[in-house]
Amino acid sequence: MEDLKLPEIDYGALLPMLILFGVACVGIIVEVTTPRRLRNTVQLSLAALGVIAAFVAVIAQHSTRTITIGGAVAVDGPTLFLQGALLVLGLVSLMLIGDRSLERGGPFVSQAAITVGSQKDVKQAGDQPGLTEVYPLTVFALGGMLLFVAANDLLTMFVALEVFSLPLYLLCALARRRRLLSQEAALKYFLLGSYASAFFLFGVALIYGFAGGISLGQVHEAVSNPQQSQILLYGGLALLAIGLLFKAALAPFHVWTPDVYQGAPTPITALMAACTKVAAFGALLRILYVAFDGVRWDFQPVLGTVAVLTMLVGAVLAVTQTDMKRLLAYSSIANAGYLLVGVLALNEEGLSSTMFYLVAYGFTVLAAFGIVTLVRDADGEATHLSRWAGLGRKSPLFAAVFTFILLAFAGIPLTSGFTSKFAVFGAAVEGGQTWLVIVGVLTSMLLAFPYLRVVVLLWLSEPGESTPTVSIPGFLTSAALAIGVIATFALGVVPAPLIDLTRDASQFVR
Amino acid sequence: MNDFPFLSILTLLPLVGAVVVACIPRARADLAKMVALAWSLVVLVLSVVMWIAFQTGGDRFQFRESYAWIPSWDARFTFAADGIALVMLMLIAVLFPIVILASWRDVDQSKRSVPTYFALLLAFEFTMIGVFAAADIFLFYVFFEIMLIPMYFIIGSFGGPRRQYAAVKFFLYSLVGGLFMLAAVIGLWVVGGHTFDFNNLAAAAGSIDQDTARWLFLGFFVAFAIKAPFFPFHTWLPDAGGAAPAGAAALLVGVMDKVGTFGILRYCLPLFPEASRWFAPAALVLAVIGIIYAALLAVGQNDLKRLVSYTSIAHFGFIGIGIFAFTTQGGTGSVLYMVNHGLATGLLFIVVGMFVARRGSNLVSDFGGAGKMVPVLAGVLFFAGLASLALPGTAPFISEFLVLIGTFTVHKTYAVIATAGIILAAAYVLWMIQRTTQGTLNPTLPTVPAMRRDITLREKVVVAPLILLIILLGFYPKPLTDVINPAVQATMQDVGVQDPTPVVANERVAR
Repeated sequence: MEDLKLPEIDYGALLPMLILFGVACVGIIVEVTTPRRLRNTVQLSLAALGVIAAFVAVIAQHSTRTITIGGAVAVDGPTLFLQGALLVLGLVSLMLIGDRSLERGGPFVSQAAITVGSQKDVKQAGDQPGLTEVYPLTVFALGGMLLFVAANDLLTMFVALEVFSLPLYLLCALARRRRLLSQEAALKYFLLGSYASAFFLFGVALIYGFAGGISLGQVHEAVSNPQQSQILLYGGLALLAIGLLFKAALAPFHVWTPDVYQGAPTPITALMAACTKVAAFGALLRILYVAFDGVRWDFQPVLGTVAVLTMLVGAVLAVTQTDMKRLLAYSSIANAGYLLVGVLALNEEGLSSTMFYLVAYGFTVLAAFGIVTLVRDADGEATHLSRWAGLGRKSPLFAAVFTFILLAFAGIPLTSGFTSKFAVFGAAVEGGQTWLVIVGVLTSMLLAFPYLRVVVLLWLSEPGESTPTVSIPGFLTSAALAIGVIATFALGVVPAPLIDLTRDASQFVR
Repeated sequence: MNDFPFLSILTLLPLVGAVVVACIPRARADLAKMVALAWSLVVLVLSVVMWIAFQTGGDRFQFRESYAWIPSWDARFTFAADGIALVMLMLIAVLFPIVILASWRDVDQSKRSVPTYFALLLAFEFTMIGVFAAADIFLFYVFFEIMLIPMYFIIGSFGGPRRQYAAVKFFLYSLVGGLFMLAAVIGLWVVGGHTFDFNNLAAAAGSIDQDTARWLFLGFFVAFAIKAPFFPFHTWLPDAGGAAPAGAAALLVGVMDKVGTFGILRYCLPLFPEASRWFAPAALVLAVIGIIYAALLAVGQNDLKRLVSYTSIAHFGFIGIGIFAFTTQGGTGSVLYMVNHGLATGLLFIVVGMFVARRGSNLVSDFGGAGKMVPVLAGVLFFAGLASLALPGTAPFISEFLVLIGTFTVHKTYAVIATAGIILAAAYVLWMIQRTTQGTLNPTLPTVPAMRRDITLREKVVVAPLILLIILLGFYPKPLTDVINPAVQATMQDVGVQDPTPVVANERVAR
């Protein structure tokens, strides 16, 4: 019997993930050892410090290009860029999650298992402090996402998918208000997510049958020099794609998005809209660009159709929405379509512009959901659109900020929404996908309408009797909003540094 | 002197002004007005200096400045002005102080903040100057889109009864055009060698594949046709012009719509010469339809501001045939038309605004015999109407005449049909004036106290410069044509067309 040879492990390259998983584990210990009144502060600081430390580790690794731990993890330009993006966006999400000034006890419930509507439930919604397990859960999710975008074989990718999905399912169920909606969201997300994971796993099995291996490099070899039936390849790719399209909220696998976005606690919605999108598209990019590059002519039209469908569904259904969170959910679906247009360029510009879009959109959507947390009445957040009428009269600064965010979503110049759309559409035309760009432009016109309707509501409508108030945000939410808005503006006016960064990072290792 | 960064300073100056005015508290409304007026006058002075510094026989593009912006896309802050842009910048610089003064009392009754209104006007001036001064297509596109935002809020917040509808319609129409243009800009960037610089793109124009060029032309043309607006993309203008405050409406049709025709001259023609020639017949037909159709609608209007908006659409038809006739006279006439229309229709809108402010109603039927109560104001309205129908002796006559002879030399039919538009123009203007200021006195008029006040000193100061300019340029348009002509000739050269041998004696505009 041969000696087992241990794979080489580049601990430096893995450090960001190790830090996050370590911090999350420490967080669980802290949960049981720290007195209750200190717990929130300690947990929040610990999580934030962990994320910052991981970010520093990513920066320190900026020139690393390696495949390590037995081919399971690839640390290259896109990995490091996306990990950095995830950590920054994750930190901003943590600020929203950690804010306790808007509501007594914060946006999370104190005991998720209490029957909805019971006396205990009413009591806990009133004054009980929120769960502090949300911090380790968030850090676990972030760690999983970091691994997801770095995974260089399909099984690692699957494990990472589960690592970041499971905490998110839980987090969705923890809203302090509207418990039923929140629980429904979590259950839907969990069930559909499990199906998607199962599809993904089945796809891995088929691809293993086709390629005789699960590392992306082996798959690439097999695709360019096929030994097995092509049915295995196409079936496997389709099933893998279903799993990823689900996470990225692309039509026809998008149906969970509005319900989950609406039901989940708003800071968690923000986390999902910003970070899950980065992770899902990071993995999609890696799979398509690294492993299945050889059959690009086969999947391009199929995924192109998916992109068209996604943009249309997102734009058309956004027009009919009456709830702010659902509106933003459909807008995020449409944006996933634009991102897929960038992905399908299948060239270096496609990669760099998609990464640029992910970061730009992430900041904007964080700021948007951050603002949603501020508009409140006695029952918590007031998300119905009619309630927002005339808010510009009462709180001009708030309305101006939100108008700016909406203009960014609509892709008006001097916002990151414009530069990022320009980047992905330019890459797609370059990659010969002009038809996708035309659909993208047409749906942008459609999408402008719901955004504009909100602007009209804010500024031009008369305030109603029941117009809620805009809460004065605490330090954390203010900081998160400021970061989101400044980034949206800065990436719209001086996008050059980030574009250069994405270009430098746009080379996968295989 | 030519090294002075005129264009960038001219662009940024109103932006700074807008920020300053926006910071003035609501209670100090008068201070905000004074600052806004002073600021726009500074812009005017700087523009005049720039006009003097412009060398008439010099390079096509002057005052060129270029600063790095997004190197990886080769998007730059490039500003440059040819003769066409120069006269438009001058028109902007002249109109804004006048409009600010004309709007002095317009929003006092509004529930909204008065300084905001004037800040929005200055912000609008910033986007207008930027769009005409840009020589980088990316930069042009940015200004083309963001100009919607101040105007949207001006109409939506300070407009008349149907302001919300009008503001949203205005925004969506323009945005739709803008997005078509975005697709075309991206396409042009890819096929034009990854650059946005106008000169480089114009140089590469010949190498673009014919079909691609036609699609790209269409993308730009639709955006500009909506902005101008040409028939059948015009329906937003009567709503926007009818709902906007009179001063803002004057800017809307006087300046902003010119972006459309300017864009066609500056971008569509030189960048896609073959496509321009290919699409010219269609564009001419649309323009001619626009002249007749909008004039007929104007005749039937009972709302003064909508009426003036429709007259503008008819006038843009004239500009359109002048451009697509591809003769130097037609082109020069069109550019001159853009300036003169800005002055004449601007004046008409402002005067109509003075009537509407007094009567509290836009409707023609609410007036009648108003000349008996406000004779001087009625006289000004009469003058503005005559200028608008291009009476000889007023500036619009020169331009309309140039457009028609420029068109006649190549497309006799269109010129003849368009000439019928002049008769219709006389009909709508004169009938409007007859129904508002002449005839028997509407018995409700004397019950409105404000109608007893004839033109005030402030209003005299507002209309005097416009009247003077219209008369002056009606007799002596040479300062303008000297600047416009070389630029138009260069454009026609880009398109690759030759003027037919001149058939009009003594008209040596051509070579």
